[in-house]
Amino acid sequence: MKWMRQIWTFYYDGFRSMTIGRKLWLIIAIKLVIIFAVLKLFFFPNYIKEHAPEGQEAEFVAEELHIDNYKM
Amino acid sequence: MVNILNIDLTMVDWARAQFALTAIYHWLFVPLTLGLAVIMGIMETIYYRTGSEFWKKTAKFWQRLFGINFAMGVATGLILEFEFGTNWSNYSYLVGDIFGAPLAVEGIVAFFLESTFVAVMFFGWKKVSKGFHLASTWLTGLGATISAWWILVANSWMQHPVGQEFNPDTMRNEMTSFADVALSPVAVDKFVHTVLSAWVLGAVFVVGVSAWYLLKKRHTEFATKSLRVGAVFGLLATLLLMLSGHHSAYTVAQTQPMKLAAMEALYKGGTDQPLTIIAGINPFQQPNYEAADEPPLKIAVPYALSLLATNDIHGYVPGIRDIIDGYTKADGTRELPLDEKIERGKEAIAALQEFRKAKAEGADEATLNSKLSTLNSSMPFFGYGYVDNSAQVVPYIPVCFYSFRIMVGGGCLFVLLFMLIIFWLYKKDVSRARWLLWASLLCIPISYIVSEAGWLVAEFGRQPWTIQDMLPTWVGVSQLGASTVMLTFFLFLILFTTLLAVEIRIMCKTIKKGPQL
Repeated sequence: MKWMRQIWTFYYDGFRSMTIGRKLWLIIAIKLVIIFAVLKLFFFPNYIKEHAPEGQEAEFVAEELHIDNYKM
Repeated sequence: MVNILNIDLTMVDWARAQFALTAIYHWLFVPLTLGLAVIMGIMETIYYRTGSEFWKKTAKFWQRLFGINFAMGVATGLILEFEFGTNWSNYSYLVGDIFGAPLAVEGIVAFFLESTFVAVMFFGWKKVSKGFHLASTWLTGLGATISAWWILVANSWMQHPVGQEFNPDTMRNEMTSFADVALSPVAVDKFVHTVLSAWVLGAVFVVGVSAWYLLKKRHTEFATKSLRVGAVFGLLATLLLMLSGHHSAYTVAQTQPMKLAAMEALYKGGTDQPLTIIAGINPFQQPNYEAADEPPLKIAVPYALSLLATNDIHGYVPGIRDIIDGYTKADGTRELPLDEKIERGKEAIAALQEFRKAKAEGADEATLNSKLSTLNSSMPFFGYGYVDNSAQVVPYIPVCFYSFRIMVGGGCLFVLLFMLIIFWLYKKDVSRARWLLWASLLCIPISYIVSEAGWLVAEFGRQPWTIQDMLPTWVGVSQLGASTVMLTFFLFLILFTTLLAVEIRIMCKTIKKGPQL
């Protein structure tokens, strides 16, 4: 338990004594919110998961690549 | 362009533009992280060895700039993975298994190494021993460099797919040898060349910032000593970079001859090939490589291209037309002409179709094995089955040609810069050479342009392949409307430009404030 407390104190003191670091952490937090809560959620769905029936992904991709109706 | 897949080509262009934009912005942050990591490690090592407070404060100052850049760049690469799943779903599905392992290792290593040791580096100056702190600083850099390794392994696999087997049941490439993927010659060359280029950029940054202090007559001892570390490290890194560049060119010649031909605007190849220094190529138009043997106004170094590409001044280097028409390689094997590759590609697609049909109809194992055997023999040409004409397999020459020259020219410029600085540092008073200090400052933005030019050569040169010979861009994309991608393109442009502006502002403010000596 002592080592856990030491690690906690290490990080706690470190974060408390930050100067420019506070601003940087704020920027990182805003960036992560934009990336995951906005971009990923609203603009970057997984195309195959959204369009292919579950378990039929290979068939879906084969269709997308026109494998099954390809004519030489 | 005839497009058998009926995919909106505007979508392909926008998806490519978006990927390029994201990768270019991401690469604005990465090289400084890798470069400064080594320089601050060197400075802290000097502190560890001498015990001098001056070096401790010097190392701390560069670590602060490293921290700003690190914070700004972190997670910007994640967006590339989002784009794979949305815009490049066919591609993403086909390669999923190959990328899974390297990217998982990258995520774990990056998270544990960087998050642990970055914290010790910034918070631990008064909490841990000098030796442990120094180790943490180096391990932070090592963590970032190992991260880069795995990303570059994934990129290299697209340029030179090895260590995999296509599974026609799952429609995915499956890894057969992790070692082949992780240690392919393309991956090793790309890693060494890219990391060295990042070291050079870091050195130019340190030299440029130090020069600014000397121009302002502030912190002169700090600036002069930082200049010395930056210039000596930069010179060594640039010389190694040139060596690795030679080796990279050799590997490209072996694995992606079309890329080399586009970089050189080599329309018709042969033996004893000269290396073009400059030629009159219209930057806005694909040159007519069918009509001329070489570009106009060409100035070249005799035999140098043969030496670069084959390690022999008389070596044979194929040009664009040779690659389209087919040629005999140095080992005596025949590189097939494009028409034949297209036929083999069509055979592969038809074999895959037949295999899947036979499997669905419950055919016996012997039939399936026979179909599989036909598929496997033509699989290396699979992507050519989607190609209609030769123009589709030639990268956009002007970008490859000029980017290559900017990259090489920049490298030579930095050698000169570092040598001049070292000369003035040791033989004269560098603070009096104001022209050199201004040149050093100017080299900071130039180093970014040069670094990005390197990526343009690598990525434009491999067009049209998302996976070399296996999957062209117009087959790898999702069947989305271009307007969706356009919207996110501009969103990214705003987001990344804001991030960049914030970074430059915080960085300039911190530099202006100076080291707390």
